[in-house]
Amino acid sequence: MRRPHTGSKTGFSPMRWWSMVLKEFTQLKRDRLTFAMIVGIPIMQTALFGYAINTNPKHLDTAIISADSTDITRSFIAAMQNSSYFKMVGTLPNEAAGREALARGKVLFVVNIPAGFTRQLLRGERPALLIEADATDPTATGSALAAVSGIAQSVIDREIAGPLSNLHGSPAPFSVRVHQLYNPDNITQYFVVPGLTGMVLTLTMVLMTGLAITRERERGTMENLLAMPATPLEVMTGKLVPYIGIGLIQATIILLAARYVFRVPFFGNIGAVYLSALLFIAANLTVGITFSSLARNQLQAVQLGIFFFLPNIMLSGFMFPFKGMPGWAQALGNLLPLTYFLRLIRGILLKGNGWTDSWPNVWPMMVFTVVLMLVASITYRKTLD
Amino acid sequence: MTTVANPEYAIDVRGLNKRFGEKHVVRDVSLRVRRGEIFGFLGPNGSGKTTTIRMVCGLLKPDAGSGTCLGHDIVREREAIKRKVGYMTQRFSFWEDLSIAENLDFVARMYEIPHRKEAVRHAIDTLGLASRARQLAGTLSGGWKQRMALAACMLHQPSLLLLDEPTAGVDPRARRDFWDELQSLAAQGISVLVSTHYMDEAVRCHKLAYIAYGKLLAQGSADEVIASQRLSTWAIHGERLSALQEELRSRPGVEQTVTFGDALHVSGTDAGLLEGTVRAAAGVDGRSCEPVETSLEDVFIYLMGKTPDNSGGTA
Repeated sequence: MRRPHTGSKTGFSPMRWWSMVLKEFTQLKRDRLTFAMIVGIPIMQTALFGYAINTNPKHLDTAIISADSTDITRSFIAAMQNSSYFKMVGTLPNEAAGREALARGKVLFVVNIPAGFTRQLLRGERPALLIEADATDPTATGSALAAVSGIAQSVIDREIAGPLSNLHGSPAPFSVRVHQLYNPDNITQYFVVPGLTGMVLTLTMVLMTGLAITRERERGTMENLLAMPATPLEVMTGKLVPYIGIGLIQATIILLAARYVFRVPFFGNIGAVYLSALLFIAANLTVGITFSSLARNQLQAVQLGIFFFLPNIMLSGFMFPFKGMPGWAQALGNLLPLTYFLRLIRGILLKGNGWTDSWPNVWPMMVFTVVLMLVASITYRKTLD
Repeated sequence: MTTVANPEYAIDVRGLNKRFGEKHVVRDVSLRVRRGEIFGFLGPNGSGKTTTIRMVCGLLKPDAGSGTCLGHDIVREREAIKRKVGYMTQRFSFWEDLSIAENLDFVARMYEIPHRKEAVRHAIDTLGLASRARQLAGTLSGGWKQRMALAACMLHQPSLLLLDEPTAGVDPRARRDFWDELQSLAAQGISVLVSTHYMDEAVRCHKLAYIAYGKLLAQGSADEVIASQRLSTWAIHGERLSALQEELRSRPGVEQTVTFGDALHVSGTDAGLLEGTVRAAAGVDGRSCEPVETSLEDVFIYLMGKTPDNSGGTA
């Protein structure tokens, strides 16, 4: 009979320990998706945090309503551009058009130069320019607005010279009034809490549906389902319905907290909020089904979910100003349903947006859902045989 | 090709073939199972039993071959077959986080069984599950799980049961009860196709088929299967049998040596040659030998050894 060659049974055996290490490595090597995560997550995170995210966003879209175009007003616009915070993207005919562009999120700022501005300035009547800002996200607009008084001063110093010098003094020859719309008190919670609905729905819907279907396959119960008369459509849709209900409950919890704990203003129609949530839930369920047909087991379904979740936090405008990201990051963000849902729910709650203002964020989610539904049904059919 | 259903047969399939990528899992399998017959399906692991059963019940589409199951075409009428067949998977495939009663109720709804509640209660009573009806399926022991699975398969009153190794991991007594149940079902006219590795179960089948490496090697009643291989067998009793076994393996006429308890079974197809070899070897050390009837187990071990040791690739 062979005797064990280690003396003590309970002590630490380097041999046993090493065999444990080797076994773990061998198993890791076999698990391709885990391997991809080991390499992929640091690369993805570095790229996103290193390049995409910017909490001091510049070159923010700005429109001009100009009823008075003179050297002085042009100088002011040029100074805004030069500050690098503002990017002039066009002119608008009137204040109503300005409000609409702000409501739809096309621009973050509208500069309104009233008629006779220069004349009043020269007469020493000390007129005011108006900058309207979409302040739903205080982080996005804050730095730019802080730069405004400096810009005005530099214009005064440069333009009010020579024969106009007598206009100097207090108060300044002209002033800039900043009008912060939608979130005038710059309360971050107004921005973050409604967005949380989207974040939570993404996480739970994708993971839960991904797991629910993979679980049937992993436990062998899928074979049993297939042997019964149920059709794939009945199985799939039947499995998904409970999760729609769960999603709506989650949305309700967050909305209640938003309303009664954080006192977020609800300007828009609450029915529209729920319709948006339903559409968003549908979009995420199709992601979950697609993952479940790609994943071979529940662990892989979770890993795919995390892969999907990371860019959603970073690139959707949930945590970091969307407009502050470089073009490639915005393009990626525009592929995610969360990006549109965040704009929708914030627009409806904080801006009181109606159907026409919301539509530009509704159809991309519909397209996303239909496309992924096709992908899911193709991949699902493969797993039957 | 159209298949004319023969009402005499519950299963009547010809030339079934199935490949998974490179692997040719089932090759030209033809089976006929009469109504009311218990048909045993034997063969080593990975021999294609499960794939064949899945093709018969419409879960898989054969690459080639045709046939009927309960009179329905196995390729074109898969949905009709699913409604009439009870299929019990090899692995327990019910929901472990549902109780027995909940599992059965789910299955009953799936088959749209009329008077569902009564049907479920009846199934629970007939298979003696009443005491555990509220217990979660995941916490049941192997025997109870398999009884529940049988109850679920029987709920929609199928006329054919396809049972894929139903008694794997079940204790002997539960196995015997299970087979008593199968025999009473067969007596009521229900046909059963059951795969198994157990010899005591094989001998309780009316008909047998032996499949290895995707090919059907023998089919018929137990006696027919035994006779088809034309094996003669001798039993040797005495001392140092394992040494003798090593020695006999390479001797002329000996094709197989198997130890059964205190006896060594030696088999071969050339009866005369075998007898000479066995008598010469057994004569020493006070060992005795006698001719015995070739058993089903001898034949199965022989069949298993005859085929190449791979499950795909070359034929």
